[in-house]
Amino acid sequence: MTGAAAGHPPADPGPSTGSGAGRDRPAAAAAVADAHRREWAFVLAATARVAGDLDLAEECVQDAYVSALEAWSQQGVPRNPGAWLTTTARRRAIDLLRRDTTLRRKLPLLVTPDEPTAQPAVDEGCGVIPDDRLRLVFTCCHPALAREAQVALTLRLVCGLSTAEIARAFLVPEPTMAARVTRAKKKISAARIAYRVPDAAELPDRLDAVLTVVHLLFTTGHTAPGGDGLVRRDLVDRAAGLARMLCALMPDEPEVRGLLALILLTDARRATRCAPDGRLLLLDEQDRGQWDRPAIDEGLRLVREALRGGRPGRFALQAAIAALHAQAPSYPATDWAQIVRLYDLLGRAWLSPVVALNRAVALAMAAGPGAGLAELARLEADPRLAGYRYLPAAKADLLRRLGRADEAAAAYRAALELTDNHAERQFLAGRLAEVAGR
Amino acid sequence: MAEYLILIFEDENSYATATPDVFQEVMEAHNRFAAQVGEKGGKIVEGRALQPTSTATTIRNDVVTDGPFAETKEALGGYYLIEARDLDHALEIAKLTPARFGGVEVRPIMVFDNA
Repeated sequence: MTGAAAGHPPADPGPSTGSGAGRDRPAAAAAVADAHRREWAFVLAATARVAGDLDLAEECVQDAYVSALEAWSQQGVPRNPGAWLTTTARRRAIDLLRRDTTLRRKLPLLVTPDEPTAQPAVDEGCGVIPDDRLRLVFTCCHPALAREAQVALTLRLVCGLSTAEIARAFLVPEPTMAARVTRAKKKISAARIAYRVPDAAELPDRLDAVLTVVHLLFTTGHTAPGGDGLVRRDLVDRAAGLARMLCALMPDEPEVRGLLALILLTDARRATRCAPDGRLLLLDEQDRGQWDRPAIDEGLRLVREALRGGRPGRFALQAAIAALHAQAPSYPATDWAQIVRLYDLLGRAWLSPVVALNRAVALAMAAGPGAGLAELARLEADPRLAGYRYLPAAKADLLRRLGRADEAAAAYRAALELTDNHAERQFLAGRLAEVAGR
Repeated sequence: MAEYLILIFEDENSYATATPDVFQEVMEAHNRFAAQVGEKGGKIVEGRALQPTSTATTIRNDVVTDGPFAETKEALGGYYLIEARDLDHALEIAKLTPARFGGVEVRPIMVFDNA
């Protein structure tokens, strides 16, 4: 059911193209697949509130999608497929709850404080359906759940992916992923993780957890942890879709804009990150003319908005750095001094040794490889970077540029030992051969 | 409202070597905590401190042995059974629980269907 291969969903789904009655199964199937991609989160979120239980809600939503295929083949695609599906799923949930009293009794989940919702959303015959997508997202990314469980739940409940698909995306056996999802759902219900949007006081921390999950999805897709391809398109698209959804739901949060901008600006280079033979191309070798200009333009606009109002957060700052790269005519002509300054700010907003590593790389461009190397030497003492493949890779590159071939070769070998991605391995092996052969 | 157990895990050595002033502060912190829980809209159903693990006896397969179930640096030293609306509320209360030599674990109390 997740077969729709469309790119970014447009901000406004617009009216559907259903044209009256008649048996049109292919059109109905396409509409169902499309609604699965666009509306899953909305339908499940609204159904969860009525069902009071995530498993029950999922079951009812699945049923609704199945009956949609039949009904839409017969009667045509409704004007608002999301509302149709929600109404159907919610009716089914209410029905099951009425019939099954034991089901009704065991529901401690979804302690739903009934505050008014931000968007009153759609009406299709059974009253106003509130937009509960944010509740769903914040519940999936609750800090009482382990990060990997947050990621799995978000893909499953917000994106509607099957457990098999999630397992494949993270190179985890399916039973392991199934157990992870089940355990997380159990905790939500047994520990009573509330189905709500956090209040203003908790929002910054809780939002950061949500954005971290989306960003993790993106980075996992951007450079796949293993296998042949460098990029895992499906994850990148899901992450971009989630960031876009959050942007629409929380238009006043600069960090949400920052994250969407970061994703768009980074992914704009997608087509140029590999040579036709699959070889990895670094930023300085990429054909900048092939970067996705519309995505960059949108990203630049979002960055400007995200930086407005002072005290930018870590996603806005990373997006600002990506924006400087996107605007630079070439690698050497990039505004490296400004990038170093942004990394300084980023290091204050986000204490991460990876930020320090990236700053060292930028410093090497702004002030020469020697300066960068001195920074890296300091970072090598940080135990949090032990085993981080980009540290020896960065070191190797600076040593190569300084003409210290033997040391560079040793660093390339160290990086190779830590890398599983095929394209990255190819790249490192190529550079190793280059410096070893000199 | 639901019930949660807040388990207080602390380093026993720190208590063994603590001055009377420290004990006084700890007692005051717990009294303050009791008042704060009410202000937060929660309720303490019960709360107790335990004797140190040196007084513990473990039984496994009917074999009785001296000592706690698991030897760890931080041992269960006391607990509060509280009532809270949901996990966020329980965690808000748990963050106020005095545990200067360690931390706390929050566990929902299991509710049986036919209870």
